Amino acid sequence: MDKIVVNKLDLFYGDQQALNNIGIAMKERSVTALIGPSGCGKSTFLRTLNRMQDLIPSVKIMGQVKIDGQDIYAAGTDVVLLRKKVGMVFQNPNPFPKSVFENVAYGPRIHGETDKKKLSEIVETSLKDAALWNEVKDRLHESALGLSGGQQQRLCIARLLAVGPEILLMDEPTSALDPISTMKIEELISELKDKYTIIIVTHNMHQASRVSDRTAFFLSGDLIEEDVTSVLFTRPAKKKTEDYISGRFG
Amino acid sequence: MKAHQADRFATIMLWIGSLAIVAILIAFLTLILGRGLPHLTSEFFNGPDGVRGQLFNSFYILFLSLVLSLPVGLGAGIYMAEYAPKNKFTDLIRLSTESLASVPSIVFGLFGMIVFVNMFGLGFTILGGSATLALLNLPILVRVTEESLRAVPRSYREASLALGATMWQTLRKVILPTALPGLITGITLVAGRALGETAILIFTAGMNVSRIPFDVNPLAAGETLAVHLFAVKSNPLPGTNADQIADGTAALLIIMVIVFNICLTLPSRWLQRRQLGRNKV
Ligand SMILES: Nc1ncnc2c1ncn2[C@@H]1O[C@H](COP(=O)(O)OP(=O)(O)O)[C@@H](O)[C@H]1O
Ligand SMILES: [Mg+2]
Repeated sequence: MDKIVVNKLDLFYGDQQALNNIGIAMKERSVTALIGPSGCGKSTFLRTLNRMQDLIPSVKIMGQVKIDGQDIYAAGTDVVLLRKKVGMVFQNPNPFPKSVFENVAYGPRIHGETDKKKLSEIVETSLKDAALWNEVKDRLHESALGLSGGQQQRLCIARLLAVGPEILLMDEPTSALDPISTMKIEELISELKDKYTIIIVTHNMHQASRVSDRTAFFLSGDLIEEDVTSVLFTRPAKKKTEDYISGRFG
Repeated sequence: MKAHQADRFATIMLWIGSLAIVAILIAFLTLILGRGLPHLTSEFFNGPDGVRGQLFNSFYILFLSLVLSLPVGLGAGIYMAEYAPKNKFTDLIRLSTESLASVPSIVFGLFGMIVFVNMFGLGFTILGGSATLALLNLPILVRVTEESLRAVPRSYREASLALGATMWQTLRKVILPTALPGLITGITLVAGRALGETAILIFTAGMNVSRIPFDVNPLAAGETLAVHLFAVKSNPLPGTNADQIADGTAALLIIMVIVFNICLTLPSRWLQRRQLGRNKV
């Protein structure tokens, strides 16, 4: 079943068009990779899916983004509920300057959970799901800023899982990390896709082929091609895609 | 080799600079406290020329001026940092606050006198003094608040909003706690000014002390310690130990400021630590 359907999506920064007529659908419990050269609009597109991009004052968005059949840009959309459902992991790990526990408990708390026992359970489950529990279970009340970069990124994933999302948006989640941490996050993504619909931006084509089911190639605001990952990388339909994946530019 | 020498030289200069600050501070404290502390007897506070009233007035005016300025100053600063759109109008507000922040305090004093003492016909009052002090401190509070909030990384806001938090929740639970040390510095700064200000208060709160001990009537005149120090030194009453009173008052002022800073800093450290979790890096 299609979890996300995007139709004729245009996005402008002021007069500058950053996304042209994007149309794409993403299946439930699948991993879609977004690839393309820097500045082609991958992050912009990703951030239209949880309406983070329309926080920027000059942004104009046209077209449709449907999640579970609901147009998220329709008037009366509850952005809080949307962002609970569509969570995001950022390029640079950005834990709050709080303890490990408080980072994970943050989401449930703002959504009204006050029961201490419940919160502890959520924190434990989320940290386990983010494959971080064993490394932090003895330092839950120490500052999250003391963790390594890779641990911080998994903490951010745990923090996200704690609010019970259905879709995970990841914007180059490993680009600031070392190879071992990258591998751990990639393993984590393969586990998470049993439960979540995942969209991951990556500039690393090997990563795209390792973790994703389908891949979408963006170029200067256009969605050039979208296909099953192995097909896109071995038999691309478009010349531009072929040029990009064979390393002729970008 | 050259870079290495320059580095050493710079390090030494910076070290000398810091050392000089510490030395000046120590000299200053020993001199003022050394001269003043011996006079801080019970007589000094409660005697016929005692400063109990002035001491009380200092804190009362400080308190009232903070009550008047903190909500507005913090509110405006938060608005400017988080909510205000970036346009000509907000640029103008920013420019005005900046200009106001550098207006000499005696000009504010004159303004307060015209408005509160004359136009409202209150005469010299604690209320008028506190309100004028609040006006003096408002621009600084707005600026410090705005700057402390802007120093909080954008990524914290994004993380919080992306988890479905509202702007208000993000502000309360992430931005303000992170900006707290900066805010505390700002409050300490304006409080220090309130405790030390003379020009403004002479024009608005006057140089008299209520005969009633701990008089909380905001419409009474209220000489503060700093004003008292100025009065005693500039116009010594015959037959009083003006110099001793002045020395004692100066020492008392210093102690007040130190105590006030500690009272503000320690709880904020504690809050910060609780926020950050143990073993903050
Ligand atoms: N906040 C913004 N304001 C104006 N232009 C922006 C903003 N963010 C991104 N852009 C522009 O939109 C284009 C796409 O950017 P982005 O989505 O960040 O690309 P990518 O993530 O693929 O590197 C770029 O040309 C960039 O300069
Ligand atoms: Mg990007």
